[in-house]
Amino acid sequence: MTTTITILFFGVAYGMILYLISVGLSVTMGLMGFVNLAHGVFAMLGGYATVTLMNWFGVPFLAALAIGCVIVAAVGFALERTLYRHLYGRSELDQVLFSFGLILVSVALVRLAWGPLAQPIQLPGYLKGQVKIFDLALPAYRLALVGFGAAVIAGLWFAFDRTLFGARVRAAVDNRAMAESIGINTSRLFTAAFGLGTGLAALGGGLGADVLAIAPAYPLQYIVYFLIVVAVGGLGNIKGPFVAALAIGVSDTACHYFLPQVGSIFIFAFVFVVLVWRPNGIMARR
Amino acid sequence: MSIAKLSGVRLWCQGVVVATALAISALTTVEAQTIKVGMILTYSGPDAALGEQIDRAVNLYVKLHDSDLPPGVKIELIKRDDTGINPDLAKRLAQELVLRDQVQILTGGQWTPNAMAIAALTKEAKVPFVTMTAGGSAVTLQSPYVIRSGWTLWQTSYPLGEWAAKQGWKNAYTVVSDFAPGHDGEAAFTKSFTEGGGTIVGSVRIPLKTTDYLPYFQKVKDVNPDIVYVFNPGGPQATAFMKAFDDIGITKSKIKLLGPLDITYDDELPNMGRSALGVVTLGQYSPAATRQANVDFVAAWKKEYGANSVPTYFAVAGWDGMHAIYDAIKAQNGKIDPDATMKLLRGWSDPNSPRGPIHIDQAGDLVQNLYLRRVEEKDGHLANIEFATIEQVGDPWKAFNKK
Repeated sequence: MTTTITILFFGVAYGMILYLISVGLSVTMGLMGFVNLAHGVFAMLGGYATVTLMNWFGVPFLAALAIGCVIVAAVGFALERTLYRHLYGRSELDQVLFSFGLILVSVALVRLAWGPLAQPIQLPGYLKGQVKIFDLALPAYRLALVGFGAAVIAGLWFAFDRTLFGARVRAAVDNRAMAESIGINTSRLFTAAFGLGTGLAALGGGLGADVLAIAPAYPLQYIVYFLIVVAVGGLGNIKGPFVAALAIGVSDTACHYFLPQVGSIFIFAFVFVVLVWRPNGIMARR
Repeated sequence: MSIAKLSGVRLWCQGVVVATALAISALTTVEAQTIKVGMILTYSGPDAALGEQIDRAVNLYVKLHDSDLPPGVKIELIKRDDTGINPDLAKRLAQELVLRDQVQILTGGQWTPNAMAIAALTKEAKVPFVTMTAGGSAVTLQSPYVIRSGWTLWQTSYPLGEWAAKQGWKNAYTVVSDFAPGHDGEAAFTKSFTEGGGTIVGSVRIPLKTTDYLPYFQKVKDVNPDIVYVFNPGGPQATAFMKAFDDIGITKSKIKLLGPLDITYDDELPNMGRSALGVVTLGQYSPAATRQANVDFVAAWKKEYGANSVPTYFAVAGWDGMHAIYDAIKAQNGKIDPDATMKLLRGWSDPNSPRGPIHIDQAGDLVQNLYLRRVEEKDGHLANIEFATIEQVGDPWKAFNKK
């Protein structure tokens, strides 16, 4: 019984890592319809900002996370204003080529600035070791990840389903011309949504840094995970990627525990089956 | 035009050609003799830190020993990046180095899969290949032109299993990265530990690109063995393993962690933190060793790369490999013949390497001392402290498979 609960918890925690690094993409790609392969770039920058603030300037972990988020959101904001906005109406191939080029440029720049090595991260004492809850000894860091993941999904759900901002974004995504004709400034709206997406990516990169090492190859190394979560979750909604990340996390973890021989193939088989069953994702609207 | 006149012209032409050829050959003997050495390492990607260790050691050796070369002989290092475990790319790079750059010696060979691919090529190309840190036993069997300046997993894991059985531990679980050296380590430890009376109660091979190790280690914790034999390829993955062992509570339990030296990789000890304390490993080199040759080596390293940089066993494999290459070039006075080079390399020895006395045997493997080490705190830093020595170990796998 304890084992089942522990494995379930590890699965949820792993799902949360996947969710936190992918959720920003579900905003830019899922809601705004932009095929942004460069999502990992912002996650990586968030990781670098967090680690650099901690190691060089002695900023505490949580503060470094917050500052990193703001910095990267500002970078995303600037890039949206200067580069991304020219590609909104363009074909998916153009968007893919552009964002992939951005990955290559950023990988080279980051290597130049920080060198090829993975950045060491020392978590604060309260996130190390284990926390005892009744009979269960659970890793503190994973517990924190679960907490953050839950807070992020709650916040996003509220922002997109319950606020005027969310209603406007959804309206603009569904029919941009109509939204503009009733007086919504969609250009400014998309800039804000894009900034939000990149800020979330940075949060994921910083939070996950202890598991997904921060190194220049980051955007290429984990691109598969971002895309899997968004593809399985389905475009155009906030809850889909959450459900997808949890499903992948729990089933992959259970597979590693009970059938370690199957190893890394499982996640791909899982995605294959889900996409055959529901080509538009688990929670697709249409 | 008469025939006699024609042949006169031809004679004259031949004379000119011969004279020019003589002049050129005279020039080249005066000019520097440049030996091209191709070095394939991982300079980018998540494991670039390991490649950097080897690269730095090689550069340091060249810097300190270039004046030892015979007069007029120069070495040109041509470096290529294999980006990680990528045998196809490694093979292509080796091909380009041999065909286009005309290198006379190949080295690097950081990963077993890559080294296997390069080794297969040297058989045809007849280019001596000094593989520095590939730990799979079979690499030196791929071609008569391969020797190793590093170690094999059988070398580090077979004696470890013997030692573990002697400590009275009965049950072991093996946890290894799922590629050739991991399979070697698992087989070697299992063989010696069970021969010594121990039992393997479980084993798991973890894919190289795993991000979450907890489910695998939870199983280990549930089985509750006396010891866990661990292998991973060192570098950032060693830290990821150790952090996961800590997260799951194994480092603080009664279960003992053992493994080859890769799992407490010296460069990563600061990142692992106190969770690594007490882990016992068997290996050929620790920068904390107090041999004079090592003290000098570490001092030269720190002078070159800063007080915070530590040479690891990757660096020492690169250092000794370059030493062997230099000795072979010196012995041939700068003219490299592949077969003569291999003969020299196969008998090469250094009584005074930073890791103690070493020599290369006829199989092309490095015979060396192995040291049992424990992670302890020394002057405020974690270090692998040697506490026992197993003298002059060759590759046990070759001994078991002798026909």
